[in-house]
Amino acid sequence: MPRIGVFTCWCGENIARNVDVQSVSEQAAQLPGVRCSQTCKYMCSDPGQKLIRDTIAAEQLDGVVIASCSPHMHLKTFRKAAAQAGLNPYLIEMANIREHCSWVHPDKARATAKAVDLIRMAAAKVRHNRALEPIKVPVTRKALVVGGGVAGIQAALDLADAGIPVALVEREPSIGGKMAGLSETFPTLDCSQCILTPRMVEVAQHPNITLYTCSEVEQVEGYVGNFQVTIRKRARYIDIDKCTGCGQCWNVCPSKKTPSEFDYGMGNRTAIYVPFPQAVPARPVIDRDACLRLTKGRCGLCAKKCQAGAIRFEDQDELVREDVGAVIVATGYQLYEIGRRGEQDRLSGYGEYGYGQYPDVISSLQFERLLSASGPTGGELRRPSDGTIPKTVVFISCVGSRDNAKGMSYCSKICCMVNAKHTMLYKHKVHDGQAHVFYMDIRAGGKNYDEFVRRAIEQDGAHYHRGRVSKITQEDGRLIVRGVDTLAGEPLTIVADLVVLASAMRPAAGVEELAQKVNVGYDEFGFLCESHPKLRPVETNAAGVFVCGACHGPKDIPESVAQASAAAGKVLLMFSRDQLHREPEIAHIQESHCAGCFACRRGCPYHAIDAAEIRDRQGLLVRRVARVNPGLCMGCGTCVALCPSKSADLEGFSEQQVYAMVECLR
Amino acid sequence: MNAHAAETSSNGFEPKIVAYVCNWCTYLGADLAGTNRLEYPTNVRIVRLPCTGRIDFNLIVKAFEIGADAVVVSGCHPGDCHYTSGNYHARRRWMLFRELLATLGIDTDRVHFAWISAAEGKKFQQVISEITAKTREMGPYRAYREICEA
Repeated sequence: MPRIGVFTCWCGENIARNVDVQSVSEQAAQLPGVRCSQTCKYMCSDPGQKLIRDTIAAEQLDGVVIASCSPHMHLKTFRKAAAQAGLNPYLIEMANIREHCSWVHPDKARATAKAVDLIRMAAAKVRHNRALEPIKVPVTRKALVVGGGVAGIQAALDLADAGIPVALVEREPSIGGKMAGLSETFPTLDCSQCILTPRMVEVAQHPNITLYTCSEVEQVEGYVGNFQVTIRKRARYIDIDKCTGCGQCWNVCPSKKTPSEFDYGMGNRTAIYVPFPQAVPARPVIDRDACLRLTKGRCGLCAKKCQAGAIRFEDQDELVREDVGAVIVATGYQLYEIGRRGEQDRLSGYGEYGYGQYPDVISSLQFERLLSASGPTGGELRRPSDGTIPKTVVFISCVGSRDNAKGMSYCSKICCMVNAKHTMLYKHKVHDGQAHVFYMDIRAGGKNYDEFVRRAIEQDGAHYHRGRVSKITQEDGRLIVRGVDTLAGEPLTIVADLVVLASAMRPAAGVEELAQKVNVGYDEFGFLCESHPKLRPVETNAAGVFVCGACHGPKDIPESVAQASAAAGKVLLMFSRDQLHREPEIAHIQESHCAGCFACRRGCPYHAIDAAEIRDRQGLLVRRVARVNPGLCMGCGTCVALCPSKSADLEGFSEQQVYAMVECLR
Repeated sequence: MNAHAAETSSNGFEPKIVAYVCNWCTYLGADLAGTNRLEYPTNVRIVRLPCTGRIDFNLIVKAFEIGADAVVVSGCHPGDCHYTSGNYHARRRWMLFRELLATLGIDTDRVHFAWISAAEGKKFQQVISEITAKTREMGPYRAYREICEA
């Protein structure tokens, strides 16, 4: 016979005003299995909790119903009280007679009757509750950071400095990301590389960081605390341990016509190359599509020249396995491809700006390379078509951003500041030049940001025009920019030498595939979803996977760095315990009944269901059944509803419990 | 219609309404209705489940078997599911099983679906008030009970 205790709360007047608590308590005492029924003015207070604890002990209760507020308010409180009295905390149920009853039903008789019903349901349920223990999961104290831009670097260094081994995976031949290609940064105009490259070197030299460049995450298996990650190291064709980075090889390479990825096609590189002089690791890589030896079997000059014997034309892709406890995704962004004509597979739009058609219409990242001292022009601002110094430059905001017609309704957040920075840097290089900016709004929220834009306008004399550009054409080697100044209320035509498009920030290519591998959601634009926009901004719905930087949404460097440190902090918090404790209210499958149809596996949003093999004593396969991985299951119960043989069930919301609740309403 | 007026204008018939709601959106929406003191009829009995994905077709049938006059299934809006995709499963399942319910002899007008978020206390009040009023108008649901008892 069950021994259930019912504790009905007055909540001062909150419940008692519309519910006859005394009558409810007396009726509850008559419910099947109820051993005792008590009331208290404030059940959550110390005396209330003491009443619960003492009654559990005195009456040797094996189930408790608290009729009070919402379980979202105090279920944890009462579970703790029960545990203190020696009762398993999962043998507690709550009847919500405040939010769902006294507060919404002024008719006292009806509210009282409903309160009794709610307690009846909770009492019927608690008879089927099972004592549960938190699931303990061991933790591998090692982290994977995907993406070696400024966010990934920050996260990796924070973790490594705290003594956590880190595997840092970067797709490109060097870490540094987009920031390594910037000339100066807003709002201080300090040199981007001067800030970043020391951090890159720190990564390379850190004893706790294993750096994988030219590498991508191939597969992620396992669950929080216990991920098994397969990393594909693409063939680099260089033995980076033997290589000294002397540069003999790329100086003799005859294949010199490949557009440099690092310079966004503003310059060329050789087939064997380091992406930029400060690359980390400072070792070359061979482009297998450009190398004459690898494509045509001829040449091999670099190998002849290399005194270290580091060239390995026979190099193959390699799969490496890393076991980690947590994953930080920091894959960053790319710029919106501005719709070159005839490239259908790209996002279409802005063909009228002639990007890709007129060499002097460039993107903001390309402009960064023209400004950079390490760029293709050595820091001299010369326009791509004829190498002359542009005397009039037009900057266009919101190319792609905030434009539903082009598929991106969001604001890319950094472009207003980037434009202001560009006008200033331009003016500092070309003193007699004139910068024009076409903008929709100026969004310069941030510490010292608005002041920075004002400086661009007031000190460096940039002309800001509120309006859009409708078309750009080319005449006699100059660009005719036709737009409108909506504040002046008239059309505006500017004859420019160079046009810079501040195109939208989009998540880096391939992030959706990665998101699927680590089971993180992404929005319609491909930005990864955090678990809660305010309270869990770096966590994701996949336990043990965190996000930071621009893969999560457009953001600038300070924000990316702050978020990266936050993600590292969350990983450290996770690693601060020997074992992870997870809620035990998860699904389980009765394997003796399971027919192995795996409907549950297809429906599970967390890929938490594995196929287990049942074998006989001789080790012969008898059948395959579904099995829940307790590290992955989040307890949604979708499998329970999907299972045709009713083998799947959910602790805390089992078939027995739910049916008992409904049945008692008969 | 004023929720309360609906309750008193009946001729003694009090509909029994069972609501299966998810823990993270609709249950919290109902909590918010309480916090804001938004009155609605007392007829609904909420069964809290983690996710609408947990709601099995049989639970709907079960509710009618014990004498419910209407059943409400309510969870997160599309895209808001705490468990990523449970509400999509619920929606798809409902599409499939609607006809099956009809075949079983259940009046599908008595089964209601609603997306109510944790912020929509007002919507919770409205949905429950409307369903109660509608059920009151439709009268007691005897047909399925008679099938069960036969």
